[in-house]
Amino acid sequence: MAQEHTSTAGHEEHEDTTTGLNHRKMLMWAFLGSDCMFFGSLIATYLVYQGKSLTGPLPIDVFDIPVTSVSTFVLLMSSMSMVLAYSALTRGNMKGFRIWMVSTAIMGATFIGFQVYEFSSFSTHHIHFECSEVAEKIEHGDYVKAGHDHFFQKECLDSNGLLKADHHVDEEYGLKPQTNLFGTTFFTLTGFHGAHVTLGVVWLLSIFFLSFKKGVITREKNLDVDLAALYWHFVDVVWIVIFTVVYLFGVFEGF
Amino acid sequence: MSTLSLAIPRPVHPSGLWNWLTTIDHKKIGVLYGVTAFIMFLSGGVEATLMRIQLTKPELDIVSAAVYNQLFTMHGTTMIFLAIMPLGAAFFNFVIPLQIGARDVAFPRLNAFSYWTFLAGAIMLKLSWIGGATDAGWFGYAPLTSVDQNPGKGIDFWIISLQVLGVASLAASFNFIVTIINMRAPGMTMMRLPLFTWMTFITAILLILAFPVITVALIELTFDRYFDFNFFNVARGGSVVLWQHLFWVFGHPEVYILILPAMGIVSEVLPVFSKKPLFGYTTVVLAGAIIAVMGWMVWSHHMFTVGLGPVANAVFTITTMLIAVPTGIKVFNWIGTIWGGSIRINTPMAFSLGFIAMFLIGGISGVMHAVSASDAQQQDTYFIPAHIHYVLFGGAIMALTSGIYYWFPKFSGKMFDEKMGMLHFWLMMIGQNVTFFPMHFVGLDGMPRRIYTYAEGMGWDLWNLVATLGVFILIAGFLVFILNMVKSWKSGPDAPGDPWDGRTLEWSIPSPPPEYNFSEIPVVKSLDDWWNTKQGGNGKAVPVSGGSGDEEHDIHLPQPSYWPLVTAIGLFIAAYGVVFNQLVVPWAIAIIGTFIGFVGVYAWSLEPVNDPDEDSAH
Amino acid sequence: MSQEIHSSEGHTGHPTAGLYFKIAMILSVVTAIEVGIFYLTWLGYWIIPVLFVLSAGKFALVAMYYMHLKFDHKLFSYMFVGGFVLATSVIFALIFLFQVWL
Repeated sequence: MAQEHTSTAGHEEHEDTTTGLNHRKMLMWAFLGSDCMFFGSLIATYLVYQGKSLTGPLPIDVFDIPVTSVSTFVLLMSSMSMVLAYSALTRGNMKGFRIWMVSTAIMGATFIGFQVYEFSSFSTHHIHFECSEVAEKIEHGDYVKAGHDHFFQKECLDSNGLLKADHHVDEEYGLKPQTNLFGTTFFTLTGFHGAHVTLGVVWLLSIFFLSFKKGVITREKNLDVDLAALYWHFVDVVWIVIFTVVYLFGVFEGF
Repeated sequence: MSTLSLAIPRPVHPSGLWNWLTTIDHKKIGVLYGVTAFIMFLSGGVEATLMRIQLTKPELDIVSAAVYNQLFTMHGTTMIFLAIMPLGAAFFNFVIPLQIGARDVAFPRLNAFSYWTFLAGAIMLKLSWIGGATDAGWFGYAPLTSVDQNPGKGIDFWIISLQVLGVASLAASFNFIVTIINMRAPGMTMMRLPLFTWMTFITAILLILAFPVITVALIELTFDRYFDFNFFNVARGGSVVLWQHLFWVFGHPEVYILILPAMGIVSEVLPVFSKKPLFGYTTVVLAGAIIAVMGWMVWSHHMFTVGLGPVANAVFTITTMLIAVPTGIKVFNWIGTIWGGSIRINTPMAFSLGFIAMFLIGGISGVMHAVSASDAQQQDTYFIPAHIHYVLFGGAIMALTSGIYYWFPKFSGKMFDEKMGMLHFWLMMIGQNVTFFPMHFVGLDGMPRRIYTYAEGMGWDLWNLVATLGVFILIAGFLVFILNMVKSWKSGPDAPGDPWDGRTLEWSIPSPPPEYNFSEIPVVKSLDDWWNTKQGGNGKAVPVSGGSGDEEHDIHLPQPSYWPLVTAIGLFIAAYGVVFNQLVVPWAIAIIGTFIGFVGVYAWSLEPVNDPDEDSAH
Repeated sequence: MSQEIHSSEGHTGHPTAGLYFKIAMILSVVTAIEVGIFYLTWLGYWIIPVLFVLSAGKFALVAMYYMHLKFDHKLFSYMFVGGFVLATSVIFALIFLFQVWL
């Protein structure tokens, strides 16, 4: 009777199980289904609190869509290199496998780097503008970011409610998890995604180093890589959702 | 392969304590689960008894209001997470591989890890009595759990131990899903699975989908408490209702996680002692599946009085009333099963019949507060504890007890004392009705739940006294039970392989089963295969008490391992490190625990299931 | 598309590196479109369904091809899609209950 088959089973071969499917691969898929609920609950929390923050900064104040687009692109490409690593392994191309594995891990680490940069820049966010600019926008009925409006009301008007024409505003407007509901839900959701990516990088690197031991990772014994790849792609699709729901919807003026 | 394993030799052929600590035999793990869960059940019972004594008469002062709050919170948490769920897990472990014709579960070491992690969580929760346990209710409603309202460590212990228990439950459920799909004997199609296996399967699916939600809710609460996040902080716009939603999105499927295994046990016991196949097997399976789906659509009925608005209340009223339908179908099928059967009333059968009656009462009071208007009257009164105890004590505990008696000969190899068993049944039957039925009266009369005492002259004195007396009948019943179990296990008469004239595969092997379960993996030809084989219906010879067993040396069983235990210990240390995160160096203990856990996981994944150079382990 | 895969399937049952690369290109382009759409103010609230469809497409591509769900046993799809559908339903139910967008 088949037990765990820790290292003997590639998923192509027929397994000695009821369905012919590998135990560990089935567990991985069940885990991913379960992890959907984990991220689902975090996203639900984020969305339920969307627009409910009592103070700024709001997504539109801090998000930098071009930067996040780049990090999103990096993560998407890491998914491609992951699938190419697995593909190379199943063709017996160990060198290609290792190269793609390392590049996947590097791209994952790069994504984490972006996230660290993003978190720190959000927490030290500054707001600066000329009072006259914002006054003009308000006059034209254009959209004014909540943070700008906040400091405009606070600093650009004198005691008679008249505009201080030459005044320049430069204020710290950082977002920390404690600042408001947006900070709380944003950092928790993206932080847990980042934790998943970090764990994935550790996993990929472990497999990469193990692959130098003879006979551990081979063309036939590719299950460990297969499972890590599934996990990695899952983390990628979660980010596809987060990027749209949190970042793009977040800066959408309608919210 | 062996070059990869760490230098520590693996525990081959251990004995005594090391045998139990490193075992990955599903039967031993099942026994460990069962014994631990029963001890936890008793501790929850002590908590309940103290509460009932406090409420015997108006204005008593045996325990303080603060202690009373801890008592009802710990009682609820203990009974749900440390007693009923792991008692279910005990049966999953022991029975499922036997019922599907397998030699072990799909992931034997993960199974051991589940048990040790469960034990870690249980110890952690119960030890929180030292220094003040959690007192915010088993549902832990915000803001009762906020650090301003509740600065003590009790809530922290509650949060973190629930997370640890969640890890244990999730690991076990993944394991059983894979086991049931992938370890079935040849010919054991899904629609030939014994009902208990089916209900376990559904339970496990519910669990892996429901537990992540409470995990997130608890993480959010942890961050609020430790790092001043705003999830449930009303001053910064947070909503305490969100906690209730997340909790009950988990909590309602959880109710079915508690009751479905019980329904599975009853669906095993009734056919055997009625000498009839289960009436409407397919319907019962489908009803279970429908319950699992609909269980996700009813959670807000726990929140009718929050003020969700008429639309939400109406929708959840309708879905809640609808979910009574598949449950009702099951009851009809059980009655259909015993109808016209040649019924043998003995202890397991009596408990299963008792289950139907008690569960029916609980179900009917449940439909009563499914109506949101009616629930507005009943919410937070003693009517609700009356309902939940009919469902979980009269329901789950009765069925689990039935299961203990039913499978006792199989796991102990001994017969229990039938007279004492029936005495236990009657004491329990009378005791629970005397205890819980009066709660309906005082509840409808307006007595609020979770109060540590009440004024004289409210008209609640008599029924509270009666309820407390009922507890002592229950205690007598469980003393008889413990005596029966201990005595029979030590010196009861030897049990034959098939003492009940059973229908499913576990009765085709000796009692207790050999370590390898089946000397030859059975080939299943029909539903109730063992029964049909005995009737000569499957064209198979009846094996003589499980075969000769002389091909033992051909059976490669997974070998014992240290690493599940090491990983669980790492998790345990990390969990304590999170609660006492300022001790010595901030977060140091948590990091050390996590590191130990990682070492365990790495060593575990590098250790082969079977050392190829070792012969089989017996 | 499906023909292409058939022709590229070796005896391993998986598509070739070329197809994986093409999918990566599609993913990148769709992401670029998503970011671009965001500057089209005349779309108004239509941006929400459009972005939903686009990111759902990306999700499906990764799950079907990179995660091999298209080629693997149906059971795996059931497990994953089951969790995904339930999670989505809970999200929408909570959004409705909190009346976020009403």
